Amino acid sequence: MSLYIKTDVPFELNEIRLPKANNKQLLQISKELELGLNLEEMKAIQKHFAMKGRNPTDVELQTIGQTWSEHCHHKTFKGDVVTENGTIKSLFQTYIAKATMELNPDWCLSVFEDNAGIINFDKGVALAAKVETHNHPSAIEPFGGAATGVGGVIRDILGVWAEPIACTDVLGFGPLNFEHDKLPVGVKHPKYIFSGVISGIGCYGNNMGIPTVNGAIYFDETYVGNVVVYCGCIGTLPKDKFVKDAKPGDIILLVGGKTGRDGIHGVTFASAELTEKSEEISRPAVQIANPIEEEKLKRAIIEVRDCQLGSSITDLGGGGLSSAIGETAEKSGCGAYVELEKVPLKRMGIAPWEIYISESQERMLLLVPKKNLREVLEKFESEDVKATPIGKFIKDKMLKISYQGYKVAEIEIEFLFKPPKPQRTARWKAPSYEEPRFPEPQELTKDVLKILSSPNVASKESVIRTYDHEVKGNTALKPLQGRYAGPSDAAVLKPLEDSWKGVVLSCGMNPNYGKIDPYWMAASSIDEAIRNNTAVGGRRIALLDNFTWGNPEKTDRMSTLVRACQACYKFAKGFETPFISGKDSLYNESPSGPITPTLLITAVGLIPDVRKTVSMDVKQAGNLIYIVGQTYPELGGSEYYKSRGFLGKTIPEVRISQARKIMKSIVRAVDLGCIKTCHDLSEGGLAVAVSEMAFTGDYGIELHLKNVPRSRSMQRNDFILFSESNSRFLVEVQEKRRRDFQALMDGVAFSVVGRVQRKRRLQVYGSDESTVVDASLVELRKAWKGTFGG
Amino acid sequence: MKKEDVRICVMRVGGTNCDAETKRAFEDLCVKAEVVHLNQIVNRKNLLSYDALVFPGGFSFGDYVRAGAIWAKGIAAKLGRDLKKFVEQEKPVLGICNGFQVLVEAGLLPGFDRVSEYPQAALATNEPTGYRCKWVHLKHENSGRCIFTQKIPKRQVLRIPIAHAEGRFIFPREQEKEYLQRLLDNDQLVFRYCSQEGEYAGGAYPANPNGAFYDIAGICSVDGTIFGLMPHPERAYYGWQLPDWTRREQVPKYGDGKLIFESMTEYLTKKF
Repeated sequence: MSLYIKTDVPFELNEIRLPKANNKQLLQISKELELGLNLEEMKAIQKHFAMKGRNPTDVELQTIGQTWSEHCHHKTFKGDVVTENGTIKSLFQTYIAKATMELNPDWCLSVFEDNAGIINFDKGVALAAKVETHNHPSAIEPFGGAATGVGGVIRDILGVWAEPIACTDVLGFGPLNFEHDKLPVGVKHPKYIFSGVISGIGCYGNNMGIPTVNGAIYFDETYVGNVVVYCGCIGTLPKDKFVKDAKPGDIILLVGGKTGRDGIHGVTFASAELTEKSEEISRPAVQIANPIEEEKLKRAIIEVRDCQLGSSITDLGGGGLSSAIGETAEKSGCGAYVELEKVPLKRMGIAPWEIYISESQERMLLLVPKKNLREVLEKFESEDVKATPIGKFIKDKMLKISYQGYKVAEIEIEFLFKPPKPQRTARWKAPSYEEPRFPEPQELTKDVLKILSSPNVASKESVIRTYDHEVKGNTALKPLQGRYAGPSDAAVLKPLEDSWKGVVLSCGMNPNYGKIDPYWMAASSIDEAIRNNTAVGGRRIALLDNFTWGNPEKTDRMSTLVRACQACYKFAKGFETPFISGKDSLYNESPSGPITPTLLITAVGLIPDVRKTVSMDVKQAGNLIYIVGQTYPELGGSEYYKSRGFLGKTIPEVRISQARKIMKSIVRAVDLGCIKTCHDLSEGGLAVAVSEMAFTGDYGIELHLKNVPRSRSMQRNDFILFSESNSRFLVEVQEKRRRDFQALMDGVAFSVVGRVQRKRRLQVYGSDESTVVDASLVELRKAWKGTFGG
Repeated sequence: MKKEDVRICVMRVGGTNCDAETKRAFEDLCVKAEVVHLNQIVNRKNLLSYDALVFPGGFSFGDYVRAGAIWAKGIAAKLGRDLKKFVEQEKPVLGICNGFQVLVEAGLLPGFDRVSEYPQAALATNEPTGYRCKWVHLKHENSGRCIFTQKIPKRQVLRIPIAHAEGRFIFPREQEKEYLQRLLDNDQLVFRYCSQEGEYAGGAYPANPNGAFYDIAGICSVDGTIFGLMPHPERAYYGWQLPDWTRREQVPKYGDGKLIFESMTEYLTKKF
């Protein structure tokens, strides 16, 4: 007997003989319908429909499958985790949200609840921020995957009624020179993925007229089969215009592009490992991008917002209509009645279940009180955007879907949002790495040049220039600084005409440390994001977390996730920087293996007056160069070790009370105008930071390593120069401000380590005053720019 | 005409995206600018009630055929007669980036014979190819015809950013020499790409960012009231928008882009 019964209706609709299926059949159904549900979940559905005494339809099963997917429901972060030290009830509640709840700052207006986190800004305006992952689609179709990643996160911002003002993107690729012969079957070459992803991101942001202002690109062997694509967006929102208060009777309005077969089962696909067959099977899961449609959509939505005509809004992303309608109804305490045949289609012959879960792009869902409907429709029409009423909210807390007059689904909203709680197991096994041993080189110029040209450090100018980072005319500190296009630590935007207050955007990511210990990797990413923000004068920082991990059903991957979350709590709390939003992408495993744990931390800070912003290029010969923060022998995972073929063992830690104090002192010194230039120390340590400051400002620097505050055991010049210890800055100070600056640094490790010089050379003297680096700015710049051009 | 009576139309269509900052630049000069959708102007039939028209940057209709082409055809079809009158009244028309592409596609620039039925020039794909967002230097070449650069001394070097993939100004190969001569004779050449020191780029990247013929970055109409340029003056309006203002002791109040908006405003207040 078949498990599926074709129903007698003039379109495609199947019932599934679920109530009587055995375990094997349940899993078969899950697989055949691509539901991505496990046995326990299938049994819960079976029980529910047995109780109802009827078979579910394909529309119902697909709706449940989407709503319960890892992508939509974040099972791993919400479920129980059994560890060696007891059970953790929800990683999200125990670590990520906890830091925010305990800090509970009054400027956090809405955290974790909505499509984006919302924080206070200025003049009655709030900021909305969100960072998304779009790894899986980008692995299959790099251009479309990345473009729709940007489109999706922009809609997240629109989904809280905010107007997008800037995008960020952080990307991870396999080495571009990866040998073709070593490429596993079904995996695309990193070069192909690299160029596709970059044009996808540029295409969407540029076409929509949203500047891409901050980001990073990392290369790692584990990214060969698992590309990392993080797309972020930030928006402004007049606080009094925010409304999420849909009532029964309100009209469900579907606006934007038409619905097609693109993006079917995107969320199921995102919640599974990639295989060599992914290309064939999952190509329909990747959507097609049309940024101009979204540009028009944005205009209309902002109009509706400003006239306060809507009662709620959300974007259509993962899960399509099924997630958008379900989640909005649940949050509003309503039910929903949907007439699916009203949905405008790209082509005929699409089955109801496909319409309901399609992830076609550039669509949003609005709830509109009946009396405002006509006016709202006019707003969309004047922007040439389709807007179609497809149903209404109802009192009865049910999801009722009909198609051409036939009932095709009827599910209790409560059931939809109460999936069985999953349980994962974590077993931590500390890797047994060793510190490498090699003699100290006498001369380090070659090493400096080599590290400047290494893919993770080298200039990404050739990529950044393909993104419009100036559109809207609000970018006060650009990603590329000055004539020589040095790497800014953060971007600063001035979004309001009547205020000098600026938004500071920065990020931190240290995937290489994650190979040694994901705890300190997470701590370092947080420190780096905050450090970058601080360097330009940012403060009152909110964080966003984005996890890209392997299969959480495997105990070792789960344990690294637990450790990273533990650090998130400790250091977000310690720095007093609450998390406001986040997103996880799990199951990043491919024929080439699991991804190295990759946590992106995005920091959103403020600067009271953008005119006080500090850039990273040295300004004037004769000025003093200070280092702030203590240097430790922490070279595990460093670019220096990597350049010699080592990973190492001792990775940078974060000494939280010192670290917090350093950040605060730097901000105070910025405010008092003591700092001419500030640059953070990260990949490549002191060597890279000092080089970048010099060749961007076009002045030389002489630097004395013997003056660098460091742990007593540190004697080797190469270690002092290349250690990647956290919470450190290089600062340029005018001689006349020496005293003021030193007074402000009271209580933190700091020291004068050099001077800006007219001679266009970087000259570094070792602890015994011997010359260890001597290079011209031209050489340094050439090494840094040579890898990717620019 | 008094400054406060000036009304500028910043037109937009789907895909236009530099309208807000363009409007802001005018408003900083205390003239009124409205962002208006093409559909609205067509419905209200009120193009002639404005004193100046601006086509801002963006990707009109996605630029899925030649950049600016669809918008240009849309205007010709829907506003042709009004636009002709508008131009005949010597009201200024400014096209920035995508707007410049529109003016060329619409036959308004170079407009050797007023309005040409077919474009007499093109803004072709950049050489080297690809979208590029960067600051460039421009040398002011106009001897006084162009009303948008009256406040800029001839040979002055300006710094303004570009952001486009199709900005290579070209003439039809067989008419290149003739057209260039007409451009020079008519004093229609306005900006040429040059180095920081003011030397012409000579067609070479990076000073010439797109391979434009004769380093042409901006030209005006025969009577000087229509002006199109690839760089974005609205992004170089305030001092804090400059790429290296943090190097200065004092943040400069304005950037070079302001001169263009100022010249245009002054023309309006003096002429009308």
